[in-house]
Amino acid sequence: MNIWLNFLIDSLAFGATFIYGSTGEILTEKAGHLNLGIPGIMCMGGAGGCLILNLVGKSGLPPFLIVILGILGALVFSLLCGMIYSFLTVSLRANQNVTGLTLTTFGVGLSKVIVSKLDPTIYLVGPRKMYRWPFAARQDSLQLLGVLFFAAVIIALASSWILFHTKVGLHLRAVGENPGTADAVGINVTRYKYVATCVGSSIAGLGGFYYIIDYMASQEAYLSVEALGWLSIALVIFALWRPHMTIIGSTVFGILFSLGSYITNVSWIKVTMATTPLLKMLPYVVTILVLIVSSIRNKRENQPPASLGLSYFREER
Amino acid sequence: MSKRDSEARVPLFHLSKRASIEPWKAWLIRVAAVALGLIVCGLVAFLLIEKLQQKPEKIGEFYYTFIKGAFGTTRKFWRFLKNLAVLLCISLALTPAFRMRFWNIGGEGQTLIGVLSAIAVDFYLGGKIPEWILLILMLIAALAAGAAWGVIPALFRAKWGTNETLFTLMMNYVATYLVAYFLVIWVPSGSSSLGKLKNGKLPVIGNENVLIIIVVLLVTAALYIYLSYTKHGYEINVVGESVRTARYVGIKVNRVIIRTMILSGALCGLAGYLIAAGSDQTVTTTSAGGQGFTGILVAWLGKFNPLFMILTAALIQLLNQGANQISQDFGVNNALPNVIVGIILFFVIGCEFFINYEVHFRGHHPEKGAVK
Repeated sequence: MNIWLNFLIDSLAFGATFIYGSTGEILTEKAGHLNLGIPGIMCMGGAGGCLILNLVGKSGLPPFLIVILGILGALVFSLLCGMIYSFLTVSLRANQNVTGLTLTTFGVGLSKVIVSKLDPTIYLVGPRKMYRWPFAARQDSLQLLGVLFFAAVIIALASSWILFHTKVGLHLRAVGENPGTADAVGINVTRYKYVATCVGSSIAGLGGFYYIIDYMASQEAYLSVEALGWLSIALVIFALWRPHMTIIGSTVFGILFSLGSYITNVSWIKVTMATTPLLKMLPYVVTILVLIVSSIRNKRENQPPASLGLSYFREER
Repeated sequence: MSKRDSEARVPLFHLSKRASIEPWKAWLIRVAAVALGLIVCGLVAFLLIEKLQQKPEKIGEFYYTFIKGAFGTTRKFWRFLKNLAVLLCISLALTPAFRMRFWNIGGEGQTLIGVLSAIAVDFYLGGKIPEWILLILMLIAALAAGAAWGVIPALFRAKWGTNETLFTLMMNYVATYLVAYFLVIWVPSGSSSLGKLKNGKLPVIGNENVLIIIVVLLVTAALYIYLSYTKHGYEINVVGESVRTARYVGIKVNRVIIRTMILSGALCGLAGYLIAAGSDQTVTTTSAGGQGFTGILVAWLGKFNPLFMILTAALIQLLNQGANQISQDFGVNNALPNVIVGIILFFVIGCEFFINYEVHFRGHHPEKGAVK
């Protein structure tokens, strides 16, 4: 297959990590909560999945069941992190930035402690082919696209549909824009915030799991999940708070992130070692530009939710 | 509506904001939270550390190691003080911005770019000019770079209302990859890191940590005075309380934002200088070591009061260093400090709620508890 097509598919597959992370973050942000704990949550999702796979990997269960259990492990761990975050920020009205950063510190640390003790020969091997269901037999990069990749695309599209075409989505956006008004029309603000944060965290956690087990499938992969988590938060801005846009955005980020290593294979482009860090910087620079341009154009639908980062206390209205 | 009916509608508990709380009560709640956090840490450690599972009686040693890690030897104690000083410097730098509700979470990048600039001056000029001029040039470079990194988001925030939290966050990574870029250029092929440079080392008074500590103490005092007793500090507080009020009384809000972020960034740059010239003499992508983020927590826990922040920075540094010792002594992954600091902080963050709000349970205060 053509090297550039390979590259594109590789970037798509890599980008699915960001799709999970930023779709989760968008749901949370739409409820008015800037969850800077996403990198930690993604790490914990990965750690949870690996832990369960490590436990059941050699138990002789059918591979299909092992896959499901692994995914459940990722969901449960990241859900727990989401609950810590939402309990502190929604119920106890703690500062969101501080809580999120603490959650990242905690999650990244704990995931390293957990995964470093596991046996990669158990959690990485096992039912890996199951994740690659449609193209598992292919030899080219198409084999990178598996069940979890398509799940990411479906989750992003579904989230967009829920957010912008259903009543639940309308309510959720109302909560994020102005919780006082939402409360006045009878929307249960606390419940919406809790559910959005917890569902968002679970989705993000799947991203970490996908990256470690499916895309990289290497025993060092868990160390780089944190950086991808921060990129996912950047991608939320790039996608202008629309989950379906993360599919395109994640591919762009994926391309920029791995361009450095691909370019060296192409004879007609002269690159030095120094280009790689600059290329890796590009996603962040582009994000900053998008942030600036969208704030200059000041179109209301491209802005962050109005009450992003603010706690809501009914009696302070 | 019958009395019974109305009672059934009273929720199990309801919340109200406290008008005020006695300081001793507030501190009691905080100390209780830290204690509770330490207990949970013990439980989590029991789950994670095999040596503890085999010998549960070692749990006392687990807690003792916290103290040992920071104060065990004179060298460890000095290291504790030095790291505390650098962390405090970064937290202090962020404080003026936070006081005006400008969420500068770019301390990491502002510090790192300070380290990078100081080292760049050292790399190109070291040995070619007198040492004291070199040190001054390094300082100027670090301050200017930090200030630039801080003022860019502030300019956009002031002009177009660009979200500063996200902007400063992204600037961290731009700085990280800029360091990576220069490292590729500077490091001779074959070696993995830049290594310690020969020049550009702060003079040693007593031992190499003393000067750093003195500088940071001076900065603490100066910033306390700046924030509490000067017109600038007052303007920062007004902008933080209400932008509308600030405009109404004739404060030029944009000018305050930009001026404060120059100060904030420059102080981060100073921290970077202390790291570069004071201890490391080199730069890596992790020179700031996450302290830009930890600094946010320190500043917030210290209620943005420079004097309190000495305490909170000491607490976090103690936990960090103690947990480091634990991961060495008990043979755990070196990410353990993050877990322990995280758990304690969860409790401290949570306890602020009980300081700011009062919980009324149904039945306890019938006249207060009744719904309006």
